[in-house]
Amino acid sequence: MVPTSFDYHRASSVDEAIALMQQYGEDAKILAGGHSLVPAMKLRLATPERLIDLGGIEGLKYINDKGDHIAVGAMATHWMLESSSVVQQKAPALSQAAGAIGDVQVRNRGTIGGALAHSDPAADYPGAVLALNASMVIKGAGGERVVPASEYFVDLWETAVQPGELLVEIRIPTDAANANSCYVKYAQPASRYPYVGVAVAMDKSGGTCSDIRVGFSGVGHSAFRDAGVENALKGQAVNDASAKAAADQATQGKDVLSDWSVSEDYRRAMARVFTKRALLQVGA
Amino acid sequence: MGKYIGQAIKRVEDQRFITGKGTYTDDIVLHRMTHAYILRSQLAHARIKSIDTSAAKAAPGVVAVFTGADVQEVNGVPCGWQVNFKSGETMREPKHPLLVHDKVRHVGDSVAVVIAETKAQARDAADLIEVDYEELPVVVESVDALKPGAAKVHDELPDNLVFDWELGDASAADEGLAKAAHVTSMKIRNQRLVPNPIEPRSYIGDYDASRDNYTLYTSSQNPHVIRLLMCAFVLGIPEHKVRVVAKDVGGGFGSKIYHYTEEALVTWASKQIGRPIKWTSERSEAFVTDAHGRDHHTTAQMGFDADGKLTALKVHTDANIGAYLSTFSTAVPTYLYGTLLQGQYTTPAVYVSVNAVFTNTTAVDAYRGAGRPEATYLLERLMDTAAAEMGMDPAELRMKNFIPAFDGVDQPGYQTQVALQYDSGNYEAAMRKALDIIGYDELRKEQEEARKQGRYIGIGFSSYIEACGIAPSAVVGSLGARAGLFESANVRVQPTGMVSVYTGSHSHGQGHDTTFAQVVADHLGIDMSNVEIIHGDTEQVPFGMGTYGSRSLAVGGSAIVGALEKVKEKGAKVAAHLLEASEQDLEFADGSWTVKGTDKSISFGEVALASYVPHNFPEGLEPGIEFNSFYDPANFTYPFGTYIAVVEVDPETGKTTIKRFVAVDDVGNIVNPMIVEGQIHGGLAQGIGQALLEGAVYDESGQLTTGTFLDYAMPRADDLISFEVDGNVTPCPHNPLGAKGAGEAGCIGSTPAIVNAVVDALRPLGVSDLAMPLTPQKVWAAINSAS
Repeated sequence: MVPTSFDYHRASSVDEAIALMQQYGEDAKILAGGHSLVPAMKLRLATPERLIDLGGIEGLKYINDKGDHIAVGAMATHWMLESSSVVQQKAPALSQAAGAIGDVQVRNRGTIGGALAHSDPAADYPGAVLALNASMVIKGAGGERVVPASEYFVDLWETAVQPGELLVEIRIPTDAANANSCYVKYAQPASRYPYVGVAVAMDKSGGTCSDIRVGFSGVGHSAFRDAGVENALKGQAVNDASAKAAADQATQGKDVLSDWSVSEDYRRAMARVFTKRALLQVGA
Repeated sequence: MGKYIGQAIKRVEDQRFITGKGTYTDDIVLHRMTHAYILRSQLAHARIKSIDTSAAKAAPGVVAVFTGADVQEVNGVPCGWQVNFKSGETMREPKHPLLVHDKVRHVGDSVAVVIAETKAQARDAADLIEVDYEELPVVVESVDALKPGAAKVHDELPDNLVFDWELGDASAADEGLAKAAHVTSMKIRNQRLVPNPIEPRSYIGDYDASRDNYTLYTSSQNPHVIRLLMCAFVLGIPEHKVRVVAKDVGGGFGSKIYHYTEEALVTWASKQIGRPIKWTSERSEAFVTDAHGRDHHTTAQMGFDADGKLTALKVHTDANIGAYLSTFSTAVPTYLYGTLLQGQYTTPAVYVSVNAVFTNTTAVDAYRGAGRPEATYLLERLMDTAAAEMGMDPAELRMKNFIPAFDGVDQPGYQTQVALQYDSGNYEAAMRKALDIIGYDELRKEQEEARKQGRYIGIGFSSYIEACGIAPSAVVGSLGARAGLFESANVRVQPTGMVSVYTGSHSHGQGHDTTFAQVVADHLGIDMSNVEIIHGDTEQVPFGMGTYGSRSLAVGGSAIVGALEKVKEKGAKVAAHLLEASEQDLEFADGSWTVKGTDKSISFGEVALASYVPHNFPEGLEPGIEFNSFYDPANFTYPFGTYIAVVEVDPETGKTTIKRFVAVDDVGNIVNPMIVEGQIHGGLAQGIGQALLEGAVYDESGQLTTGTFLDYAMPRADDLISFEVDGNVTPCPHNPLGAKGAGEAGCIGSTPAIVNAVVDALRPLGVSDLAMPLTPQKVWAAINSAS
């Protein structure tokens, strides 16, 4: 388990990290918590010539309640999100997704920015940030831009972050639906990545489901919102029957992954089962 | 017998382990040490057309590169157990070379070794080796490898059969089945497992030219056996020129019994370069090079009369042996498997035939339980299935067929139909205790109620027996073992009364420093802190056979007792001299010799000191107190027990949740109940892992799909529950401690209990069998196709 040799830069600011990225281009990889990149390097699946470590940038490690949204620095660890009372109250799906990742050691090192920039199809966060209607703040040499989660996940391992850019912040709206959200995970027993990760944010302040967002992790090539489920339940009272009817729409028309351990059929069936459970969890 | 035996004393070795102060092979750093990286085959079967190592040899830091051509004159690693064909023909035993030169036979086969100043340099240089392969057809499953026209793993052999083998009376079994009122027939797959000890294998070879001798540091379960095999069979070095050291070893589960090619390779190469060489397996290498376990395809018929009494058992197994014969691979699907097919039952006729088969996969050898889990899984799946088919209660069916209790002292041992004689047993007592603990009648009612609510709760049984404490040398010798299976001990009393014990057993997690010290302290009536246990160094310890087959206490402990008896005998002579009394007038208790009926006594410590300061010893009384003992048991030991699992299956997902697990074990006398309970817990976790989670999956091209922990599911704490562990004690009648061994029981008994419980849960849906591991998808599919 020895990686190929590489040069290592420890950036002290976001601007320095961006400057280093510009200087070294495709030869450089960003190192956040290192929990996807370093194992890939040790297996020599990734052989970057340079690492630009963001670990020294204290200014990226925060969770701030901004009133209409929660601002999460890209280097906030999973443990920070799991244990944050603000996140637990205003966006429980995000806290639950963070708490569902790996084990305590992993959650102490791994970061939300690293996970979202890596965009592993089997990662936990993407479905949650879609359901929470989050937006991503991406910074490059030309300045900052804000990308809604719905436009952020492009494909397998691919996001809206362009070469030379850095994901610096995740913004979670503090609306009624997000306050009533959850993330339910059905994990592969070995890797503990989700076979199905489903996040639901539901506004039921009027007694019925007035607004709903459903996001899936681990099911397709990249995370997706599922309008079929959302539309089926919107305006309805949430009960066993309506939840099941809505959940039965899950993954329809979506491409679903299969591998040696689970078939497409099983994954779709489990998406329906766990969607129903998630809908009832926040809708009951 | 004293104040330590039977007490749950905390493990004295754990301070060192949990504070990170253990010294494992990879922790050892020698002067001028180099590092080896082994280039391994990524293909399962291919001819090597050419290898170009020139760029690697020129790479920074590289000291040497060796390929198969360089070791062509060196022998391969041997197999330690000869099993012959039914015809009497010797088993097929192709060379297992240190590095292959003609073709690779499985993913992970060793192609070349790069030795460099650093591990990173060795790794980098290996990427520069160019190997030109011609890919060959691949065969992965034993049943496919037996088919005509299958790809041949070894070109020089006529086919892929290692041997065919049988045990028991075939015609009696056929008759028993013919007259049976009911025959249960099953096809049973016991899937392949990867052992995954926490410490990967690690070796350092160190040749000292000035003395022309070698030291091998190795993560091994049996250093003397490694020395013997490597010296006598592979490298042709006189044994006294080789020291093998295996001190702290981080788990083995069988996988560190065997003599691996890398051990001989670093030893051989160290002489070529004149420097020490360390090689440590990476985890992904361990997946494809540590010997795997199980991998049987079996068909079986079990016959019953109209009362449910067993009439016969007939079994055929195709056992996958992998690409090469690992050290004890041939014994596992034969003498450690077929001999256990009597189980706890009075079956009057038992017959088993086995084909051992080469395939393009990693070698298969003993893995915790070794043959006995396969036998137990087969028997206990058959018993639960038969009970269901005959409309009988599975506990009742077992009790109807149990061998009646026998203690091996007043009642003789039980002679099975498959070669063994059980030492002592009380099978019904274990079953009854398990039924009591679980509250069986009530539980069946709860199951009925749950079914009405659409919940799927299942109850599964397993009554296991195993042959442990391996073994009598005469018996294993007659069965083809190329080694004896005694154990050694040396007890050295120090002048101050401290006692150093050198044991041929090997602790790689078992807690010998504690258990053995308890035995020694009680036998000598001294404080446990005055006892030191030393293992794992051929330069210190008398020739010993090591630890596997749950043999340390029953065989190694008995050897220690033998040496302690000699110590006490000598001590009595010294005490008699010092007390000016005759030996016959002395009694030894609580660490002192006393002249009977007087208050004249002398302590063990005083006797020890006088023995090393023998100022006035009479003629004929030697100074010092130090004795060896070699113990060769009269028989195997036969621990047994009954396990009951209660599970609930979620019909929406197919996921199994264990609700309760009751384990009643009878492992004979117990020295440290906490350590035994720990062994049982660990075994249960491993056995449940096989039932629900684990399985080595090869694809058609021979790639190990489950080659990392991302895909190979090990059991974790949250997959399990708090086990309800209890036991009875039926002492072993033939060893001085009355101990039978506890290392493998949990792993042997738990697997069928879980599978039986899941099948029991789903039986109302029409499910009668499921193949391990019972992954949620598999169970879900069975539910859906049944309903």
